[in-house]
Amino acid sequence: MTAVAYNVENLSLVIDGKAILQDVSFSLAEGTSLAVIGPNGAGKSTLLKCLLRLLPVDSGNLTLFGTPLAAHTRRELARLLGYVPQTGTGHVPYTVEEFVLMARYTYLEPFSHFTDTDRDISKKAMEQTEVLPFAQRQMHTLSGGERQKVFIAAALTQQPRIMLLDEATAFLDYRHQVEVLTLIEKLRRDTGVTIIAVTHDLNQGVMAFDTVMALKNGEVAFLGKPEELLCDNRLETIYETPFQFLRDPHSDAVYVFPERAQP
Amino acid sequence: MKTRPIIIGFAALAAVIVLGAPFVGMTAISPSDLLQPASDSAEAVVFWRIRVPRVLAAFLAGSGLALSGMAFQALFRNPLATPFTLGVSGGAAFGAALYMRLGLSFALLGISGSSLSAFAGACGVILLVYGLTRIRGGFTTPTLLLAGVALSFFLSSMILALQYSASLHDSFRLVRWLMGGLGMVGYDAPLNLFPIVVTGAVILFMLRNELNLLILGEDIAMSRGLDVPRVKRRLFFAVSLMVGGIVSVCGPIGFVGMMIPHICRLLVGSDHRHLYPATLLFGGAFLTLCDVISRTAFAPAEIPVGVITALIGGPFFLYLLLRRGSSQLF
Repeated sequence: MTAVAYNVENLSLVIDGKAILQDVSFSLAEGTSLAVIGPNGAGKSTLLKCLLRLLPVDSGNLTLFGTPLAAHTRRELARLLGYVPQTGTGHVPYTVEEFVLMARYTYLEPFSHFTDTDRDISKKAMEQTEVLPFAQRQMHTLSGGERQKVFIAAALTQQPRIMLLDEATAFLDYRHQVEVLTLIEKLRRDTGVTIIAVTHDLNQGVMAFDTVMALKNGEVAFLGKPEELLCDNRLETIYETPFQFLRDPHSDAVYVFPERAQP
Repeated sequence: MKTRPIIIGFAALAAVIVLGAPFVGMTAISPSDLLQPASDSAEAVVFWRIRVPRVLAAFLAGSGLALSGMAFQALFRNPLATPFTLGVSGGAAFGAALYMRLGLSFALLGISGSSLSAFAGACGVILLVYGLTRIRGGFTTPTLLLAGVALSFFLSSMILALQYSASLHDSFRLVRWLMGGLGMVGYDAPLNLFPIVVTGAVILFMLRNELNLLILGEDIAMSRGLDVPRVKRRLFFAVSLMVGGIVSVCGPIGFVGMMIPHICRLLVGSDHRHLYPATLLFGGAFLTLCDVISRTAFAPAEIPVGVITALIGGPFFLYLLLRRGSSQLF
């Protein structure tokens, strides 16, 4: 029997009098994957931050592997949760190698240095994400796609049981989108890590996930299998714009596109 | 980046300056003067009783101020955010000035009353600045800097008021002290500074990995396992302790905390495992050198060392401000 990674009941959050999240509930088994979709401002990134305890929660019960989220120390959380934030946030004045190694902080004992084990693990993460060739470069010289892969490498270096990714492929060109998505898929397959990903990419981003959650105005508008998302005009209700569906005759996969009114 | 040779270079520079500084002054003293059997010769007295303690005090104060600046620059993620620019030095100065004006005299655990008052003043300002950063989802750094300037002005006026109400003698003493100087005689100053600077420096040394993560912003730092509020409290304690102690002894010496860590960062990078030793050594060496200039440039007159650091630091501040992408940290 697999463990329950997250169990969230009636999570609500109000910021400046505005309800950002309302009664969000879901449960996620370890080893499965969850995609979080929804229009801009629906509360997707906020939900991710609540799950990481980067934001306080006003009400609701959050448990992580059976223990209340608030009862974990920061160090424990960092060993369970790997966070990949949205791209392009903040200046990082380190080399790739330094930046990735720093993610071993959660295993660092007081009064000690990073060990060879730490170095091996961070090197392995850089290999997995294919960033080893530019390990000596400064972070600010990297392209968006390279930078994103380094952030994934750093999160992997924490050896988490759950990876939380916030729009991992936004602002990336097609090649890097494919690379990052392939990488995430590979990690899932090879390591069995649980994945929670906020995404805007309905086709490539969503269909490979076990479960999809759609947020709208801070509430759960849909929670279920990705195929079910395509029924009953669900997408149109969520995004408030009509969609077209296209079936690929070879693979039988369905692709969705927002419909554009004729000018 | 090869940082080890640079840090060894700083260590050599610091050693040369610290060992050489006591021999330089209004009258040069040669090592042979000290080797003469009559140990109470005028040269020996000047050397051991005046210059050596002064060099020790300068090195301790310079290191402490530079390390405090380094910590604040990392915490606020901006090279302009230092204890001096955010008004913490002003708070410490007000605390110490109040102590002098009220003619108080007490000590606790071997720490002088003026140091404790300065520490209280520094803590007060830090709490205020920290409170500002937490109002309504946080202050942007430029706003914080402006708030620091406003606070500094306010505190200067309070000090002026204290000074105006003081006797001529006390008033002069206050003004002279406010300019920042190391013109005290004997071992009281270094002995006062030693426990304070060493305590603060040890705390910051233990937080060097934490400082590395803080530069990345609070969200990433927390997601890496950093207990940010606790680290902040320790940083604030260490910085108020050092700034309070140094200001109460030497007056508010400005700009060391801004220039030194920034120059070191350009040379050895932002990794605090390397930045820390570089800043400690260069900060101490720099203030020792400034003090040598202050007592030799217009000898026999002496310019307060705070004036020298401000003369160098003012233009440097402008350079940082006008440099392309000054909003970008580091």
